[in-house]
Amino acid sequence: MKAVILGGTSGMGRAIAQQLAERGDAVFLLGLDEADLAASAGDLQARHPSHAPASYALCNLEKPEGFEAALDAADAALGGFDAVIVTAAMFATQEALERDVELTRRLVTVNYANTVVFCEHARKRLLARGGGKLVVFSSVAGDRGRKPVAIYGSSKAGLSVYLEALDHKFHEAGLHVLCVKPGFVKTAMTAGLKPPPFAGTPEGVAKSVLGAMDSGKPMIYAPSMWALVMLVIRKLPRAIMRKIGF
Amino acid sequence: MSLHASPGRVRRDASASPALAASAPSGTSDGSDAAAQSRAKRTAMPTLAGWGRLAVAGRETTTESFSADTRGAVLSRGLGRSYGDSSLPAAPDDKVVCSRLANRILAFDPETGAIHAEAGLSLAELNRIFIPRGFFSPVTPGTKFVTVGGMVASDVHGKNHHVAGCFGAHVTQLRLRLADDALITCSPTEHADLFYATIGGMGLTGHILDVQFKLTTIASPWVHMESQRVANIDEFLAALSEAAPRWPMTMGWIDCLSQGSALGRGILMAGRWAEADQAPRNPPSMPLEKRMPIELPNWALNTATASAFNSAYYWSHFAHKKTTLVGPEPFFYPLDAVTEWNKAYGPRGFTQYQCVIPRAAGARGVRDFMVLLTKLGGASPLCVIKDCGPQGLGMLSFPLEGTSIAVDMAISADLQRIIDHLNAFVIETGGRIYLTKDRFTRPDHFRAMEPRLDSFFHVRKRWDPHGRLRSAQSVRLFGDRP
Repeated sequence: MKAVILGGTSGMGRAIAQQLAERGDAVFLLGLDEADLAASAGDLQARHPSHAPASYALCNLEKPEGFEAALDAADAALGGFDAVIVTAAMFATQEALERDVELTRRLVTVNYANTVVFCEHARKRLLARGGGKLVVFSSVAGDRGRKPVAIYGSSKAGLSVYLEALDHKFHEAGLHVLCVKPGFVKTAMTAGLKPPPFAGTPEGVAKSVLGAMDSGKPMIYAPSMWALVMLVIRKLPRAIMRKIGF
Repeated sequence: MSLHASPGRVRRDASASPALAASAPSGTSDGSDAAAQSRAKRTAMPTLAGWGRLAVAGRETTTESFSADTRGAVLSRGLGRSYGDSSLPAAPDDKVVCSRLANRILAFDPETGAIHAEAGLSLAELNRIFIPRGFFSPVTPGTKFVTVGGMVASDVHGKNHHVAGCFGAHVTQLRLRLADDALITCSPTEHADLFYATIGGMGLTGHILDVQFKLTTIASPWVHMESQRVANIDEFLAALSEAAPRWPMTMGWIDCLSQGSALGRGILMAGRWAEADQAPRNPPSMPLEKRMPIELPNWALNTATASAFNSAYYWSHFAHKKTTLVGPEPFFYPLDAVTEWNKAYGPRGFTQYQCVIPRAAGARGVRDFMVLLTKLGGASPLCVIKDCGPQGLGMLSFPLEGTSIAVDMAISADLQRIIDHLNAFVIETGGRIYLTKDRFTRPDHFRAMEPRLDSFFHVRKRWDPHGRLRSAQSVRLFGDRP
């Protein structure tokens, strides 16, 4: 596999990049910070020295004008990628978003509009070469309108629906879309929050994602426990959702 | 002599709040520790605990941007495998950062084995990546669930201490964030005072951000192991010193509940990495991950069960001596086979008492220690003995030439008294205890053991003049501002 990872320097993206590199897949990193990208590329190289060194390019989900150039760089380095993985996104608590409308605008733009734009560029390239894998991190927060994640969740709901539709529309053409819905995972993104009892680890999520990529699943919850939790949450009547704080 | 971890006693402890029972025997605190714990329990405040499971109020920030997050932090920690309060905050609001996600290998040179890694890289990861490539950590402690940053801060030692020294002896450079938030590089030649105060300095000189050290080459991923049953403590010490020149790795398990002529009976293990032509072609299989499914009740591990376990283990070693080829997992990390085995001690928690008795005290010193331990009732299935080589350069590093003994002990109302007695004995012999395991040593006892403390304070003062960096342990033992 020749994979581009947007967000591959941190959190679940880093764990996926490490596991791909260790099993011998070629990896190209996209991220915000040059020094961080260089450190991560060095890490992948050390983990799999017989491989060509991993390279990287700057790419910022707030700057969609740079998407094409970033994907060009990836294509050039990998000789045509066949997998695109997007783990990057913005997170802010509901309180912070309610306080700051500008933050809300930025977050919904990055998590929905710009992520869709990035995916559109990526899937066009993949389809043009006969298909490939598009793996995008949405969230369990997008499964149901909930008080603590009203705005963040809505941005992920839109993304989940887009990814489901992509799968329906282009599956025949060879595009394998995987929508990953992580529950609470302990990374920098969730650093200020209190972890629930079954919080996941980046390594664990990465392992499930690689498994799902290989087996061709269109959607996974990770850790898988969340599939059960969200099954219940999705079935809860509106009257109860109004009452509870979850 | 009654044995104090009797079921009745333990049940009484458990009926009180576990948190209170846990810290009640700590005569070194004025009870504020206990108060903080019960407060944490009532208000469901987040807590942090070491491997011994005694929690204090506090929280850690775990992020990949560990280096940036250490700004303004007073303590950093890795996987929390130190037993006592080394990695715990002195106050609930102290900023504690966890290095676990800073796990990148920044560079590796296969020609020399030189590796440069972020502090949060775990030894488990390092082994998984490098054992198949013929490299191994120059020194490994008895668990692989530690970070390289933690290995520096504790200056860990292993079965090869008599030939390889501590982990710090193989470190070539460290990058730290100092108390004033500045970044600094130190090595044996650059800011050497800071370097050697940081080796074994329990993270109190600065936040360890990344570590450069040298891996050793191994000819195969198999270990050639010889084990033998040993009838008593004198035989044990003789066997250890007889094995030392022949084997690069030695250690022993002792049945510390046996008495009389069987006092200190146990099993001595010695090993070396197998040569390629002696080893199977296939790598050893990784044992399946087993997890302690539930927290056992406090009474589950008591003198009777521990004694039964110890006898069974001792007598299960049928032959007097046997030789096998084993993988690194069962040889170096037998206890890692059960994830969260610390739950076996129940909600009361436990501690480990580890001391080193100098060679000068002779076999007699070790025997007297074992007698005292048995008399005091330090009931435990885990007692490990190891002969240490000379003291290293780390200013507060634990090992010195002599015999190290480590015993797990469940928390009980008697624990403080037991540890005070053992410490008094160790001071007599000129030995010392291992900070990484400690939670109960009194500050005056520690000072009496540690003539190097003043020079450590001197260096620390130079790099952290306002005393910003601290841990619960440094407040308890070093008199840092509470």
